[in-house]
Amino acid sequence: MEIPRAMLLEMHRRMLRIRQFELTAADLFKRGQVKGTIHAYIGQEASGVGVCMALRQDDLVAGTHRSHGHNLAKGADPKRMLAEILGKETGYCKGRGGSMHIAAFETGSLGALAVVGAGIPIAVGAALGFKMKGEDRVAVPFMGDGATNTGNFHEGLNMAAVWELPVVFVVENNKYAVSTHIGESAAIEDLSLRAGSYGVPGIRVDGNDVLAVYEAALRAVARARRGEGPTLLVTETYRVEGHYVGEPEVYRRREEVEERRRDDPILRFRQVLLDNGWASGADMDAMDTEISREMAEALRFARESPEPDASTAMDYIYA
Amino acid sequence: MGRDATSLGAARSVMSPELIAQVPAGVPAKEISFQEAIREALREEMLRDERVFLMGEDIGVHGGAFGVTRTLCDQFGPQRVRNTPISENTIVGAATGAALVGMRPVIEIMFVDFSGLAMDQVCNQAAKLRLMTGGQAKVPWVLRMAQGGGAGKSTAAQHTQSLEVWYAHIPGLKVVLPPTPYDAKGLLKAAIRDDNPVIFLEHKLLYSFRGLVPEAEYVLPLSRCDIKRPGDDVTVVASGYMVWHAMAAARVLEREGISVEVVDVRTISPLDEEAIGRSARKTGRVVLVAEACRSYGPTGEWGMVVMEQAFDFLQAPIVRVTGRNTPVPFANSLEKGVWPETDDVIAAIRTVMA
Repeated sequence: MEIPRAMLLEMHRRMLRIRQFELTAADLFKRGQVKGTIHAYIGQEASGVGVCMALRQDDLVAGTHRSHGHNLAKGADPKRMLAEILGKETGYCKGRGGSMHIAAFETGSLGALAVVGAGIPIAVGAALGFKMKGEDRVAVPFMGDGATNTGNFHEGLNMAAVWELPVVFVVENNKYAVSTHIGESAAIEDLSLRAGSYGVPGIRVDGNDVLAVYEAALRAVARARRGEGPTLLVTETYRVEGHYVGEPEVYRRREEVEERRRDDPILRFRQVLLDNGWASGADMDAMDTEISREMAEALRFARESPEPDASTAMDYIYA
Repeated sequence: MGRDATSLGAARSVMSPELIAQVPAGVPAKEISFQEAIREALREEMLRDERVFLMGEDIGVHGGAFGVTRTLCDQFGPQRVRNTPISENTIVGAATGAALVGMRPVIEIMFVDFSGLAMDQVCNQAAKLRLMTGGQAKVPWVLRMAQGGGAGKSTAAQHTQSLEVWYAHIPGLKVVLPPTPYDAKGLLKAAIRDDNPVIFLEHKLLYSFRGLVPEAEYVLPLSRCDIKRPGDDVTVVASGYMVWHAMAAARVLEREGISVEVVDVRTISPLDEEAIGRSARKTGRVVLVAEACRSYGPTGEWGMVVMEQAFDFLQAPIVRVTGRNTPVPFANSLEKGVWPETDDVIAAIRTVMA
């Protein structure tokens, strides 16, 4: 398919942005400057970016605990993202949410939710709202392999199917739910098969191939927008880092991780861009520099921003 | 419409509508049932605001487990009065998602006893989204559930609980428990217009209770107690079905020259602590009546509020009348002893007056 060059470069830019952001956030965490916990999206950038580039600004995504990448893929500003992770008033959630609840509503991201699968019914409801209002917007809940065992997943898929709602369910199969390999918790290997029992088409793609993800997502989104109902899209990827930053990872062999790390979605796409003449080495270097500068600016902004005033601790409980 | 409440085994004196006269003389009014009052509130709000829609199991043609939504599907169609699959967690989650994009859903879960299935979406998601997102999210839904039990109803342990405190304990939610048709209609309209997630609990024995409501439209305020009966000698704080027992007890004691003030809590949370405190300071004697299990039930909270607001004015220790700490057994002979009756409230008032 014919994709405008600007869009291809933007895909690469967003993946770079996510990678740099996650490395920065992880570094800050290891140095004790970010509190709580961080769940890094490193190695999964093509999945989030491929899907989000197939969406409009007014489509909505719902996330997981691992959603820095989803917010950034949907167009969030790294300055306000980093400020939120540092618990500053200038963050998207005014420091109230932190890493696990970070939400950039203005970009069409309902944000990160910590309870596994919780975003699925919420996205289904957003799609219900769109349909009732006669809007052609689409709702896209992201979820992991572990989430496909939750009640949220099965109820959500069923409701979207029986009510023909404009939802694209995106399962990012990174093979691990904390320490549990998906082979230990599901009797099937191909998670896209779960869609069939609900009367929903199930598609499986290489989640580290941003163009493959993009094309599959585009078809599913178009189907939803036409009013033909939901799709289940499984992106096969791998969680290169631990479940959270600093996790000891006693449950898998280092050899496995290092072998999978070599299948880097960003390096793969860089090569695709170069091989097809869609970008030059100089373009790539310029983009690296641009993203580095952006990250440095985001760091400066976040560090210099104020923390929320203690007197506002009880704000935003009720509308 | 609906069965006569005496067939449910309630004492005749408990149900007398004249016990609770809420429409001033001269105001054009009509007598309707609690069930009809809720249906009218739903109908009026759906006509007023096209964003309001209903979701729940069997609420369409069947009219809901308690007949509350009868005729609404005919009037508004199956898109706005939506039958759902049996998926409590996702019914609530979907309502949250729809609310986030501008709709105003009113969800029905058949029995509060089933709401455990939706706990995460109610308590971790809907209640907290506004705070977690720093004000970006707004979740204007109402979750209507039937609760409570009554001797002779025999619906046993999983259909009879009073669980308002589960939700009252979660900041971000509002919890309403109306005792009369007048309260139910006015408070449900308020709940639907409120921009927060509101748990609206309907005591199932009250559905056939009748009372006066104004012909003209009216809305009642959330988070305000209602003095159902002013008095000087003793304050009885009560909620839901227990308000009827409190009023019946007050009627009996009036004949003995004891002036009882009945404070109907109406909104369990956020609680109108001011009103409870004011009444307790006025009378100096307090009885608390709630149907829920005694331990960690609402009377614990109300008792502390009285302590904080009126300790120096108390003439006697606070007395509470509550359900017993047990899952509700099926047999009539066992069920009868579980919940407060009018006589229990009378005895408590006498104790506090002694």
